[in-house]
Amino acid sequence: MRVIKFQLNGREVETDAPPTARLIDVLRDEFAYIGSKEGCGDGECGACSVFVNTLVQNSCLIPVGAIEGAEIMTIDGFSQTELFQMISECYSEAGAVQCGFCIPGMVMASAALLSKNPHPTEEEIREGISGNLCRCTGYNMIVDAIDLAAKKGEGLW
Amino acid sequence: MIAKDISTSVKKKDHDGKISGQLAYISDVKVDSMLYGVLYRSPIAYGKVRSIRLPPLPEGYEKIGAEHIPGNNFVKLLHNDQPIFANEWVNYIGEPMFMLVGPKLDILYQLVDEVEVDFEEHPAIFTLEEAIKQKDQTGVFAYHEFGESLDVIKSIEKKAHRVIEEVYETGYQEHVYLEPQGMLGIYKADEILVKGSMQCLYYVKNALISALACEDDEVRVIQSPTGGGFGGKEDFPSMMACHVAIAAKVVKKPVMLLFDRAEDMEVTTKRHPAKFTYRTAIDEQGNILSMNVEVFLDGGANAGLSPVVLQRALLNSSGVYKIPHFHAKGYALKTNTVPNGAFRGFGAPQSFAAIESHLGHISSMLKRDPIQYKRNYLVKQGDPTITNGRFRDPILLEDMIQDLLQTADYTKKKEAFRAFNQQNKRFKKGIGASLFLHGCGFTGSGERDHIKAVVKLEKTEQDQVLIKVSNSDMGQGALTTLSKIVAKGLDLPYEDILFPDPDTKDVPDSGPTVASRTTMIVGKLLERAASQLKAGWQSGVAQEVVEHYIHEDMIPWDEETFSGDAYPAYSWGVNLIEVEVDILTGSVRIERVYGSFDIGRAIDERIVKGQIDGGMAQGIAYGFMEKMTSQLGKIQQKTISDYGPPTAMDLVPIESKLYDNPYAGGPYGAKGAGELPLTGGAPAVQAAIEDALQIPFYQIPVTPELIIESLTKKDGDARD
Ligand code: FES
Ligand code: FES
Repeated sequence: MRVIKFQLNGREVETDAPPTARLIDVLRDEFAYIGSKEGCGDGECGACSVFVNTLVQNSCLIPVGAIEGAEIMTIDGFSQTELFQMISECYSEAGAVQCGFCIPGMVMASAALLSKNPHPTEEEIREGISGNLCRCTGYNMIVDAIDLAAKKGEGLW
Repeated sequence: MIAKDISTSVKKKDHDGKISGQLAYISDVKVDSMLYGVLYRSPIAYGKVRSIRLPPLPEGYEKIGAEHIPGNNFVKLLHNDQPIFANEWVNYIGEPMFMLVGPKLDILYQLVDEVEVDFEEHPAIFTLEEAIKQKDQTGVFAYHEFGESLDVIKSIEKKAHRVIEEVYETGYQEHVYLEPQGMLGIYKADEILVKGSMQCLYYVKNALISALACEDDEVRVIQSPTGGGFGGKEDFPSMMACHVAIAAKVVKKPVMLLFDRAEDMEVTTKRHPAKFTYRTAIDEQGNILSMNVEVFLDGGANAGLSPVVLQRALLNSSGVYKIPHFHAKGYALKTNTVPNGAFRGFGAPQSFAAIESHLGHISSMLKRDPIQYKRNYLVKQGDPTITNGRFRDPILLEDMIQDLLQTADYTKKKEAFRAFNQQNKRFKKGIGASLFLHGCGFTGSGERDHIKAVVKLEKTEQDQVLIKVSNSDMGQGALTTLSKIVAKGLDLPYEDILFPDPDTKDVPDSGPTVASRTTMIVGKLLERAASQLKAGWQSGVAQEVVEHYIHEDMIPWDEETFSGDAYPAYSWGVNLIEVEVDILTGSVRIERVYGSFDIGRAIDERIVKGQIDGGMAQGIAYGFMEKMTSQLGKIQQKTISDYGPPTAMDLVPIESKLYDNPYAGGPYGAKGAGELPLTGGAPAVQAAIEDALQIPFYQIPVTPELIIESLTKKDGDARD
């Protein structure tokens, strides 16, 4: 049987899931990485965001066959980094976490945004997280948190 | 850390688990030999079931239906008219008829697809309009009428200078909690354990006892971390809990029921669509002489919580105003559509949208500024409510309005916008306000007669204190807020207070997590429990204290006559919104948002600010973005983007302000804050759009299509 090999949170892994299986299911069911959440399964909410070779993508839309050889980082792996610590601290300070279901995805989007643009304007932050839905916060405290992370994490990004 | 000031914000209890994604929501849980359930749902709106043909079920797959229910085949709530599995009659598209369970989800979906059911179809009621037409014969879940006699109102109207009658309509609103509904039933030899996303543990537990016809200690309910509720996980989870509990009991294995987004959007409860008629008599100077209101709510196929939602809609139908000679009546009506239920605000957002719109229209007919006109009628401390209760506590509304007009530089801005609009052909700016309140806690004597809340504090030998209540944290921060109240009462660091996931085996019934009651009512009980524990504190000894709800002296509420004090306390709000409308596309851009609130005293300012931001976002979007429709009994929006909740790009920072007005009946002066912020968004955004375009609207959401249609009509009228 053909297996699909890729790098997952810094480890070489392989799966024998059919190539059409959704990456989110493989991550959650096979590798027990529960950090990526499924809010829609439709590419609309961003709760399932992961890094695919440093680009943030919705894992519910990616067939696992498409990631052969790629580097995948989920929140479960990202949460072991210094960058994450900074984001977490700023989210806490800004009060940006309510029900939490959107948050792992938001964190991934925040990190992707800051690594591309370490000094985003408010506009740019809003655009950067516009693929991630949050129903609890009205976004303002998340925007504040990212702004704070940009400032406090000066040099990290 | 020992907090000096209760309002100072602290790190949330559940922050680390949530931000790292490691806190397990129900869909993250897997247990050994777990099966999945998939519901077969009625494809028709109304009819009798003639026969059901199942495809051959592979080994390990089973059908679970009404025949397996040991107790009552209804979800215990108010009217007991909602079948757990509809096996004789179906009343709406999507009603669960039975469930297939088995190890593989894809196989279950395929099997459900192959089911054939033969129905005898009957003519269904699809719209509120049809339900109103036949309400004298059938289909009334609840009805109330109260206020001044109609004869008096009629004679006033006869002598009035003018009588202004308006019809106003509001649409569905979908919760879109980001975590879809999910429930797990676990079979054990001596108990059925149900775990899931929910707001009301004891609603679920009571529903299970009724369905399973079992003893109190044979069922157990645990709330798992809940990814948003907003009322959507108030009544609905009880039905899912019955499904998984019955199935688990039959197959003697754990059974998980998880909705995907499309299923969640199609079959779970929504905010009631509503229709209002307001008739207001005015004299020559434009003074209001009387007001007569009719409210109709579309309840959907089952009564659910509609009777209580209707009460709150009616209680708020006069807004924050003292109206001489007020009369109102209202109906919650049955249609063959998905049942509607609780949604943050619980009937009040509909009524505030209607009354604010109506008074706004009257003021513009009179060529008066809407805020100034409304200010003439504000209720004051000591005034009677429309049900002859009393506004007993200080009301800061007048000051809040005054401040906000200054902060926003309202008068200047209005002029500037007028000038801008004269010069600009395509873009029009407008500013609009809303004034509103929220009655905190259950309506009437519900707390005393039905809920009878009990809380418990447990102290371990290590002197750790555990909070034992049945209230859920669904994102609103109850874990943190309640822990702070207890910490402060005990003079302990907040970190020393533990708050395990509520489990009915372990916590008393402190009531459901609804009605803006958790901080105010449950928090007050915990404040008392903490001082009791402190008084008897013995270091190194395990101790336990319990507190019971004590009803505040009020004018007794009588549901029959709809009179008395409906609520012990009220929270208040003023919103001001600035918009820019593109008259070519009809699209509306929110430019500035102000919100001033009196919620007594904030237990945690940052958490309250989060409630304001999130609530206002939902309220504003309800006014102009979020549109859900039903066609021949079928919800038309299947994806989140079909429906259109806001993204970060649709919103702007909210300039909010809290007014300190401590309420003696709440912990450290706190009143309810959860629902209030949603209420004013829609009416303020509507008013702002009306100000920009100088045309009245009679419904929400005010969508781009509606704007274009109204502009075209205005142009046509101008040419005629
Ligand atoms: S679950 Fe993947 S985008 Fe919503
Ligand atoms: S915190 Fe609940 S959806 Fe974002």
